[in-house]
Amino acid sequence: MITASIISGLAMGSMYALLALGFHITFIVSKTVNFAQGSAMMVGAVLGYVFCIRWGLPWIVAAAMTLFLCALYGLAVERFLVRPFHSRGSEAWLMATVAGGLLVDNLVMFSFGKEPRRFSLAAVDHRLEVFGTGVDLMQLIIPLVAAAIVLGLFLVSRYTRIGKILAASVQNPGAARMMGIPVNRVVAISFAVSTVFAGIAGLLIAPLVSVHSDMGTLFGLKAFAVAILGGIASANGVVMAGLLFGLAEALIIVHLGSTIAQMVTFGLVIVALALRPNGLFGTRTLVKV
Amino acid sequence: MSIKRKMKQWLAPVGAACVMSLATTIHAAEPLKVGLVAALSGQSAQSGEAITRGLTIAIEEINANGGILGRPVELLRRDDESNPTRGLLAARELVQREEVAVLFGGLDTPVSLAIVPVANQMKFPFMGVWAAGTPITQNGASENYVFRVSAVDELVDEALVQYGINEFDMKKPGMVLINNPWGESNELGFRKALDKRGMEWAGIERFEMNDTDVVPQLSRLKNNGADALLMVANVAPSAQVVRSLDRMGWDVPIISHWGPAGGRFTELAGDSAERVHFIQTFTFVEGEEDTKGAGILEALKERFPEIQTLADVTPAVGIANAYDAMHLAAKAIEEAGSTDGPAVRQGFYDIRDHDGLIKFYEQPFTPDQHDALGPDDYVFTHFVDGRIIPLNP
Repeated sequence: MITASIISGLAMGSMYALLALGFHITFIVSKTVNFAQGSAMMVGAVLGYVFCIRWGLPWIVAAAMTLFLCALYGLAVERFLVRPFHSRGSEAWLMATVAGGLLVDNLVMFSFGKEPRRFSLAAVDHRLEVFGTGVDLMQLIIPLVAAAIVLGLFLVSRYTRIGKILAASVQNPGAARMMGIPVNRVVAISFAVSTVFAGIAGLLIAPLVSVHSDMGTLFGLKAFAVAILGGIASANGVVMAGLLFGLAEALIIVHLGSTIAQMVTFGLVIVALALRPNGLFGTRTLVKV
Repeated sequence: MSIKRKMKQWLAPVGAACVMSLATTIHAAEPLKVGLVAALSGQSAQSGEAITRGLTIAIEEINANGGILGRPVELLRRDDESNPTRGLLAARELVQREEVAVLFGGLDTPVSLAIVPVANQMKFPFMGVWAAGTPITQNGASENYVFRVSAVDELVDEALVQYGINEFDMKKPGMVLINNPWGESNELGFRKALDKRGMEWAGIERFEMNDTDVVPQLSRLKNNGADALLMVANVAPSAQVVRSLDRMGWDVPIISHWGPAGGRFTELAGDSAERVHFIQTFTFVEGEEDTKGAGILEALKERFPEIQTLADVTPAVGIANAYDAMHLAAKAIEEAGSTDGPAVRQGFYDIRDHDGLIKFYEQPFTPDQHDALGPDDYVFTHFVDGRIIPLNP
């Protein structure tokens, strides 16, 4: 029973971590976040279903097309819902991204259909025995893909030119601009990367659940809680918080029952933030006066 | 007196009579509106569609026979999106602005429970055709305006427990219930049915509409020694339970309320969908001739060309309940002689009998009994190739 819960918790935690990483990336680059992350996850799952199941494309092609469109979605969010407000010093981007997500959810409901559909993918539709517990192959793939993405993100930011550009834009946007770094483009790319992460999360979770237009709402909410819990400025923090949140959720269900799982999980988040206001792995921001 | 003056004298009364006669004719032709508040979108959209089809066929039959009180019947639909607040707003709009004579309810017990107090307060007849929550009709109001042609949770739970004992030798069931008032209503019913038989249960597990994995909850029931599952949930969450059982490799009998009947259950749950035995009030039977069911099936195929086979009339329960409920409501209004709420309520009590699709109703409603269907009207079914087939035909 514990094994099943740990595997389930790690899979769900990895999903939360991927979505929370999206919040992290846009935050460190522009001090803004995309509250349509849950919606972007849903778009990933729905597009994957349409390309793979309805159009019958090979899954790798379907995944590539899905992620490309998710990246365009992220660019559109930054260009039309964030930049016009943030460039004027307004905080209205917050509401604009929420509204954008709702708009897309409804567009998908009208175009994709009202009923939930099953994304059955033969390549991953296998049941395995792990320590005497039955699990879906996809439940094992999700943490592996999430780990590969986290590692890739670390290597890119540490050892590549793109990483240096990113670091420069984060540390001092003004100086970076004077050195010829197109900061606006870096911000736009960070939004594209965040929605690509959400799209990957959608593609990964789709074979395990029903695909429908409001599937991303609760995921987006939990992922934001995870990002705050981990310390939104710390990549390692949000990943660790995602895994902790997923594991806590699964273990609470096993030991205390499902009725109070959400109450206890979010209660723990509140307690953790009361004790560490900057998140479990965040640091206090120093302000020069 | 000149001819011109005489004409003027006659013109006024004749003209007034003409205008009055015209007004009466217009009033007679004015449609009698009935309303439907149900889930027309989202996970339960198919249930809303089934109810619409049942009402539509009944209304077309009624209109072909001269309507109700000589007025053609018109159906107005509103989508509650399975949301009680939206359902309540839609109900108020239909009753206050559109002045519907009878309001029909949809699949979701929480939505119906939100409308019930308003129906009793505003004195408009509210007819449930799907939601089975016991307190919907047994709501404690001194003047109860809520009627139902559908299953009742408490009676269903009794039937489900008895079925588990008879068919699977069930001794210690586990309950897996959706975390909303519908699940709550059934928890009470199951407890009552099991207590009555002196049986213990392995546990009561709740889960949410959007839960992605029910393995932790099911593992608790398995570890506590559950030998069967009593399930209450809508289509998608029911499918999640079946898929989680597949994942665990736990082959346990699943005895379910009728949630799985409301949508694409076989697609969502996969091959194991057939494992779920669930309750219904009606099923269409293939190859039948000269029965009321066969006639309605033909009418449905003619009216809705997308219906080709029995698999396309899923869920039949929504169609049948709505069809009978509309005819009973028509009889009640005819008995009342008006669309006034209290009179129509009395009209429901005055119905002597009705030859319906589900059964022959004898005195379907009394002041103490607002449910037209009882345990003898339930039938156990399962899915085979996407069609709902009776288990004990």
